[in-house]
Amino acid sequence: MTAHDVTQIILAFLAVGAMAPIVGRYLAWVFTSPRIAVERWIFRAIGSDCDREMGWREYATTLLVSNGVFFAAGYLLLWAQGHLPLNPRHLAPLTPEVTFNTAASFVTNTNWQAYAGEAQLSNFSQMVPIVFLMFVGANTGIAALVAILRGFTRAGASTVGNFWDDFFRFFVRAFLPSCLLLGLVLVWQGCPQTLATSVVAHPLEGGTQTIVMGPVASLESVKNLGTNGGGFFNANGAHPYENPTPFSNMLEFLAMMVFTSSLPFLFGRLTRRPRQGWALFAVIMVLYGGGLAVIEKSEKAPNPLLAAANVAQASSSLQSGGNTEGKEVRFGITQTSLFTNTTIAATTGAVDAAIDSMLPSSLMVTFSHMWLNEEPGGKGVGFAGLLKEAILAIFLAGLMVGRTPEFLGKKLESREIKLAALALIVTPLLVLGLTAVGVTTTVGTSTIDNPGPHGFEEVLYAFSSGNANNGSAMAGLTVSTPFYADSIAVEMLLARYLPLLPLLALAGSLARKRTHPETAGTLPTDTPLFVALLLGFMLMVGLLTFFPALMLGPILEQLSLLHGVSF
Amino acid sequence: MKTLAVSLRAMLLLVLVTGFVYPIGMDVIAHIFFPHQADGSLIRKNGVVVGSALIGQPFTQPRYFHPRPSATPDPTGSGSVPYDAAFSSASNLAPTNGAQVKAVSSAAKAYRDENGLPPTQAVPADAVTASGSGLDPDISLANALLQVNRVAHARSMEPSALKRLVLSHVEGPQWGLFGESRVNVLKLNLALDSLKP
Repeated sequence: MTAHDVTQIILAFLAVGAMAPIVGRYLAWVFTSPRIAVERWIFRAIGSDCDREMGWREYATTLLVSNGVFFAAGYLLLWAQGHLPLNPRHLAPLTPEVTFNTAASFVTNTNWQAYAGEAQLSNFSQMVPIVFLMFVGANTGIAALVAILRGFTRAGASTVGNFWDDFFRFFVRAFLPSCLLLGLVLVWQGCPQTLATSVVAHPLEGGTQTIVMGPVASLESVKNLGTNGGGFFNANGAHPYENPTPFSNMLEFLAMMVFTSSLPFLFGRLTRRPRQGWALFAVIMVLYGGGLAVIEKSEKAPNPLLAAANVAQASSSLQSGGNTEGKEVRFGITQTSLFTNTTIAATTGAVDAAIDSMLPSSLMVTFSHMWLNEEPGGKGVGFAGLLKEAILAIFLAGLMVGRTPEFLGKKLESREIKLAALALIVTPLLVLGLTAVGVTTTVGTSTIDNPGPHGFEEVLYAFSSGNANNGSAMAGLTVSTPFYADSIAVEMLLARYLPLLPLLALAGSLARKRTHPETAGTLPTDTPLFVALLLGFMLMVGLLTFFPALMLGPILEQLSLLHGVSF
Repeated sequence: MKTLAVSLRAMLLLVLVTGFVYPIGMDVIAHIFFPHQADGSLIRKNGVVVGSALIGQPFTQPRYFHPRPSATPDPTGSGSVPYDAAFSSASNLAPTNGAQVKAVSSAAKAYRDENGLPPTQAVPADAVTASGSGLDPDISLANALLQVNRVAHARSMEPSALKRLVLSHVEGPQWGLFGESRVNVLKLNLALDSLKP
């Protein structure tokens, strides 16, 4: 690594470290201060009594019903593309299975894309249904998290908040304004923002070049701030119109971290235990930093298989070098590694380089991030997942010393542990089960692009990404077929809502409990020892299940690479 | 029922705000402050749009600097149409894919042949690998410098004068901090055309 690489990485960490506590404090104000005029006006307009508190069941029902309505609206608007305006290229609607996949993907904050944006969607589809679903998907995650947090802040309560109140407070005071601001900065850097669909250019060597554009910046800002990740263009953030400069690259991956990395501090503030917030932030940053180190190192290393072709892969003053396949010159390895590590860790799923062409050791990190999915994880639900892991780690520690486990003064009993464990098993069940189907059936294997272990990784990646509500892809795999479009759509819906329900139930059960004063026998949960315990628990329980799959994929491919074997 | 009715009204309000007010509002503000960027950073020569400063375009003639290989696919068939700005794509080839190793070897051989370089000359990685978008507007300085002799010969220019032109078109890391040094191929070729048509 050069001094220039180190500087960029340090700046990124400083930015996250500076933003997270401030934004966490701001969000605490958003969710606890009196309503502002715009919010009161919205509640009158939608006819909701936002002062009425909801129990966890009603909260969950409202979440599901509203998301069902959002999904249906998105589906209909995409389906009607041929009859709607801003479609001068007369693009046909997506196939029914890809429309289903897309609506499911965007409402669940996954943004898995089984279509190529600029080639298949009109500017109306990009601007209205896609951006609408991006907003509501991310916003739902935050609302759910705030309700889950109330499980820890309330005692003897039968309610966990009001869904619409949580939803619109974040939307009005944080999400929409920040998207507008970031969008304008991105336009300054070069993202187009226009209702025009394309321009025909006349290149210097003759012929024509049709350059597709549209309202890119407005989509791009919510895509990153909402940890959505679905691109305007097929190449996503590698496309110069989505990500024109190294600075826009920096802004985009920091945007993914703005809200997600601030949630431990929101938690610390709401529970009046700031040290607890820092401890959970430390867990997130250790895993985030570790992943970054591995990706940066492996992408900088030369691909040994290209040595025979005499390709200069080392970085020098004349080139940045490294594994340049699928990467853009303006970003080089360091900006690409920062972006890739963040987008997978924060489950955004935007990419500024081709994941499919990355080295197996980098892919090992992307897989691990997706399976853990909480460092920091997606909008709201990622942090909720981390709290679930914390509860289970405390339970484990309680077993070891033979005391009733407690977290923030709440006794963790059989019901809480069952609910947390229920949320935990969804990931391996869906990922490994569906991958097994994918690699043993012709419908699954016939659209694999790369041979050898890398082909297995493509299928494993698709189902890991769908389950993590991540949305990034090893894009060589063709996923617009009915098998992949339908199975991943169902997986995304299950992976989004199945763990959320037990966690809301957990919150309901915790909110009812009395808070016990801490005693000398209470396990402190804000110390470095607890940080280490939680990390160890996450790595062992979260990753060990997947070790056989890692062996068959990235580990086998890495060993082949080191022995000069290609497929 | 009440929940459904509230959800429907919330949906209508959110579609209106996020789908229309927000993007169109941003469009208006963007065109006031950054009209050039908002319309795609287009470059005009004698009133004709020749391309975008941000989007690469194909160059194959010896008298121009060449961009990186591009893997943008042919939407109507198999194979690729390089620098199709209506269908961005990477190659998605794995580092262990034999096809990738072969593609890089033949690209390196072609690069040496067209630039008159000996087999011992290592070829810059960006010159023989496809970019993430297939529309990368930039090449590395190493790549540009190895093309100087060929372009100078095709235009009957002094290589040293051409090298000066290339060096004056190097964009360093943004504000000295972010990203990598690079040369924008379209801007360089436009400057070349006006220097020595």
